[in-house]
Formats: sequence, structure tokens, C-alpha cells
Amino acid sequence: MALEQTIETDSLTLPQAQQAGAVSRWVHRNAAILILAVLLLILPAVAGPFILDQIVGWTMILGMIALSLMFLCGYGGMVSLAQMTVAGVSGYMIAVFGPSSLPSISLFWPWWVAAPVAILIAVAFGTVVGALSARTEGIYTIMITLALATAFFYLTLQNWPIFNGFNGFTTIPAPHFLGVNWRAPIPFYYMVLFFAALSYAAVLYISRAPFGLALQGVRDNPRRMEAIGYNVTAHRVAAYAFAALIAAVGGILLVWQNNQISPYSVGVNAVINILVIAVVGGITHPIGAFIGAFIYVILHTFALDALVAVGLDGRRFQLLIGLGFVIIVLFSPDGIVGIWRRLRARARTSGGGNPL
Amino acid sequence: MSSIAERIAASGTSNAIELRGVTRYFGALAALTDITMSVRPGERRAVLGSNGAGKTTLLNCITGDFFPTFGTVRFFGEDVTTLPPHERIRRGLRRTYQISLLFSRLSVRDNVYLACRGVSRGRFSFIRTRARDAIMQSVEELIALVHLESVADRLVEELAHGQQRQLEIALALAGAPRFILFDEPAAGLSPAERRDLVAILTALPSHIGYIIIEHDMDVALRVVESVTMMHNGRIFKEGAPHEIQADPEVQELFLGSGHA
Ligand SMILES: Nc1ncnc2c1ncn2[C@@H]1O[C@H](COP(=O)(O)OP(=O)(O)O)[C@@H](O)[C@H]1O
Ligand SMILES: [Mg+2]
Repeated sequence: MALEQTIETDSLTLPQAQQAGAVSRWVHRNAAILILAVLLLILPAVAGPFILDQIVGWTMILGMIALSLMFLCGYGGMVSLAQMTVAGVSGYMIAVFGPSSLPSISLFWPWWVAAPVAILIAVAFGTVVGALSARTEGIYTIMITLALATAFFYLTLQNWPIFNGFNGFTTIPAPHFLGVNWRAPIPFYYMVLFFAALSYAAVLYISRAPFGLALQGVRDNPRRMEAIGYNVTAHRVAAYAFAALIAAVGGILLVWQNNQISPYSVGVNAVINILVIAVVGGITHPIGAFIGAFIYVILHTFALDALVAVGLDGRRFQLLIGLGFVIIVLFSPDGIVGIWRRLRARARTSGGGNPL
Repeated sequence: MSSIAERIAASGTSNAIELRGVTRYFGALAALTDITMSVRPGERRAVLGSNGAGKTTLLNCITGDFFPTFGTVRFFGEDVTTLPPHERIRRGLRRTYQISLLFSRLSVRDNVYLACRGVSRGRFSFIRTRARDAIMQSVEELIALVHLESVADRLVEELAHGQQRQLEIALALAGAPRFILFDEPAAGLSPAERRDLVAILTALPSHIGYIIIEHDMDVALRVVESVTMMHNGRIFKEGAPHEIQADPEVQELFLGSGHA
């Protein structure tokens, strides 16, 4: 009887102990991201509006758009240059369906209708981009998506009835609801943080779900994927649709932050910037998109002053970004994430060699 | 696509594989010329022939990796000539590749998991599979079957060549196969691994038929009941293993000259 009880309690406590061990292992493995999460949550207590909005907020928005490229490229092996364009479509649509300074075009629908409609249209657009490029590989995917991005840029530039030509839209307000002005620095910061964290977590989770694993299978060997029962084209198109959802939300946030959108927002420059951000950060892990965005934002914000301080033309900051891009690609094709991984691996092996 | 009832009715009476006049050109080169052959359900068949005879191309036409230029392919009675490969796989066809086609940046377990998921529902699922889900049991069984337990968490690109060949076989056994095409599965295996392969093949349930392309006669003739000899894209001879071995023409062309 007593023996039986011991066995019973043992079999009860053992899984619990294992679970506690699993939790602490998880915390240990994700220490860096947990610390980052806490820092981001308490940032408004210590940082002013400039840091919240122009540095961290902008980083997270650009990071989301780069994340949509990371998902396609890192997991699916598809380099789409049209992700900024998808963001631009939803950005333009929120201006068309919601309020702006142009009553002749804008429909002034409330945000809770305008935003879902804008996202829906952008996801449909992203899915069409996917359908057009899913049967291509490598350089051809890049070319067809770049062609579509360029076509959309010229459409916005030359079309006046919907896109208002080169003027675009201004005074596109973020919503007020629950008694909060969501464009005020702190609410806007938390809104952006919420969507960025959600996208990040979703991508990370899906990377180990059947859909994401199959996407990595498509990346490694599309022919074999067909030969074990997957419709490769359908899988690729679905990946474009999911990536478009993230980019579309990012596009609306970008417009609400800037209060405007114009062809320049979806020009080839903006399109290439997203590629640079994703590659510099590293496309092998979702965090790379945000690291790349942070570096871009810092350079974009401070390089001008730094260059002037050393007696150079401040307008050359783009050159600095380009130079950084070349250096990263040369020395670490998997970006900052790759450098981080190698440093950690080295620390671990040298730690393992330590007799103490 | 025919209805399920039609498919079931057809599969009761038909051959597992039925090729009629299958011809495949690569440019001007006829890799296959007018191949007509049938394999019964549960039948085990070797396809032999020297390099470039068209054996791999034959398998490619059966799976749909390449479509035949002319001719029809039937799988359990259903005309699958123009179906994409994944549709044929979902109907119970499986194959391995002569040159391993694996998911190099995924773990062994993920590779096998993808194969099991590919022939089940939920290929697009956004919900992670848990360790206690039924599919994971099949995954672990397949890994054990090809003796890859010790490297189950390793990336495929880190595996030795022989281990990759074993994994190649595991991917073709996922789900409930009805007919399997093995393209030189023993190539690159050690003698011990070859014995394991023969054991796996002979232990397959008797309703599962297969075609095996194999240069190693010791392996091939031990695990099949019929043989098709190919030469220059044509079928050259068909028969039981002992007939083929005894055939003087075959001996002159293949066995004696050390090609096969
Ligand atoms: N994808 C291809 N493109 C061009 N020629 C091919 C292709 N695949 C096979 N061939 C040619 O078809 C012929 C038969 O090849 P294959 O079926 O691989 O022979 P086997 O498997 O019997 O060695 C060879 O001459 C080969 O060069
Ligand atoms: Mg071959």
C-alpha cells in the first residue's frame, strides 16, 4: 500500500518536475528576446516621443514589412521585391477608404471598415503577385516582383482619380477610439509594438507548424515536395498571402505614422530598402528583420549629422547604408543574425573546452 | 478526375502500373521509345539495363516528374498521364531518387515528418504538431526502420552519404503506399546497409508492389519475382529472374560484360 502510494506520487511529480525543467530551459534559451520584450514594454517610462516614434516605432513598422520578406525568403526561398508594394497598396487603400485631406477621392469610412478593406485588398494583391511568380525561381522571381513593384509605382504616379498622382495623400489620421488618440506617441508606440510582436510571434510559431515546415521543404527541394504529396505552387501562393497580411498591417501603420503616402513611399528606393533591411539583419531568423530595420533607422536618422561632423556631405548617408550592405553581404551572407550565431557557437565551444 | 467509386471499381481489376506506348524525347534524343508494360498490384519487379538505358526516365514518367511525350500511364486503372506528381502520390504512389533529393537544411525528423504529413490532411495547418500526436508515432517508426534514431535531430546536410540514402528510402515509405518505385536504392550503401535494405524490402506487406532499379544483381534478383530488361530506351526482355539470368542474349549484353 505504502509502496503503491510512493509510486503514485512519483509518477505525479515526475512530469511536473520535467515541465518545470522545460520552462526554465525555454526561458534560458529565449533570454535575449525576453529581456528585449521587457525593455520594449517599459521604454515609454524612460524615453521621449522622438525615441518612441522616430526610432523604435519606425523600426518596428519597417521591421514588419521586412519580416514579410524574411518569411518568403528565409523559409520559402522566394525573394519578393514586392513586399513594400503590398504595404503601399494597403497604405493607399486606407487613404482612399478612410479620411484624408482629399474629400474628392477619400470615402471617409470609419477606420474599422477602412482598415480591414485595405488589408483585404493588399492581401489579394500580394496573392496575385504570388500567383504570378510562384512558378519562377531565383533571379526570375526577383525580376518579376521588381517589375510589378515598378509598375505600381508608375501607376500611383500617373493615376489621379484614385492615387492622386505625384501628390499622393496627406492628413491621414490614425483612429481615435476607446477614448484614446492612437496617434499620440505612447498609444501609437504600444499599438505598433502589439502588431510587431504579434507578427514576430506568429512567424516564429508557424515556422514549426506544418505550413511553415512545408515551406522550408519547398525552399530546400521543390521537386521532392511534389514527390511526397505537396502542391508546391499552392504552397508558395499561400505563403505570399500570409506574408502580404503582415506587410499590409505594416503599411497602414506606416501611413498613420507619417500621416501621408505618395509614390515616393512605394518607389524603387523604398522597395530596395526593405531588401537591404532584411539581408543586413539576416533572413534566417525573424528577428533579423527588426535588427536590420533598427540599423537602417539609426543610419537614416544620425548618419547625416555624423557625416557633417567629420566634414562630409550629409546627403551621402545612402552611400553609408550601401557600403554597410556590401560589407555585411561579403562577410556574413546571413546578416547580423549569422554573426550573432557564430559568436554564440564560438563562446559555447570555448566554454566547453574550459576544464572548470 | 474520376469519381472515387470509379477509382475503387477500376482498382479491383486493374494493374497497379500500366504503360501504353510511353515515349519520351529530350530534344532529338529518344530516352524512351514505345514502352508498354504492366505490373500487377503487389508484384515486385526489377528494371535492369546499362547506364542511359532510360530506367530513371521510365520512373519519372510514372510519377509525373516528367510527362511522356506520347503514350498513357495508368495507376490502378486510373489514367494519370497528365496528373501532377503530388496527385499521384496522394493516390498511393511513392518513389525514391537515384541521386538523393532531400531537405538538406531540415532535420532528419522534419524530413520524415514532411513525408508523413504530405500524404495526410493538414498540409497547410498553422497549428504545430505535438509530440503525442498520432503522426509522430509513424515518424519515429520510420526513423527506426532505417536506423537513423541516433541522428534524428541532425540536419540532413550533416549526414553521411549512406545515411542520406537510408533517409531517401524512409521518405518513400510514409503513409499507406500502394506501389513504390525505387531508383538504385542500394547505390552507395555499405554491405551491412544493403542487407538492411533487402530486409526492409522483403518485410513490406505483400499488397505493396514495387519496381526496383538496381545494378547489384545480388540485391535485385533476391527481392523480385519478375524482371524487365531495358536497352536504348526500349524494353528488351521480360521474364522471371532465373529466365533472365539464363538468357544468352542478356548474358552477352549485361551480365557477362560486367555492365549490370
Ligand atoms: N532531364 C534530361 N534532359 C536531357 N536528357 C536526359 C534527361 N534525363 C535523362 N536524359 C537522357 O535520357 C537517357 C536515359 O537516361 P536515364 O533514364 O537517366 O537512364 P538510366 O536511369 O537507365 O541510366 C540518357 O541518354 C540521358 O542522358
Ligand atoms: Mg538512372
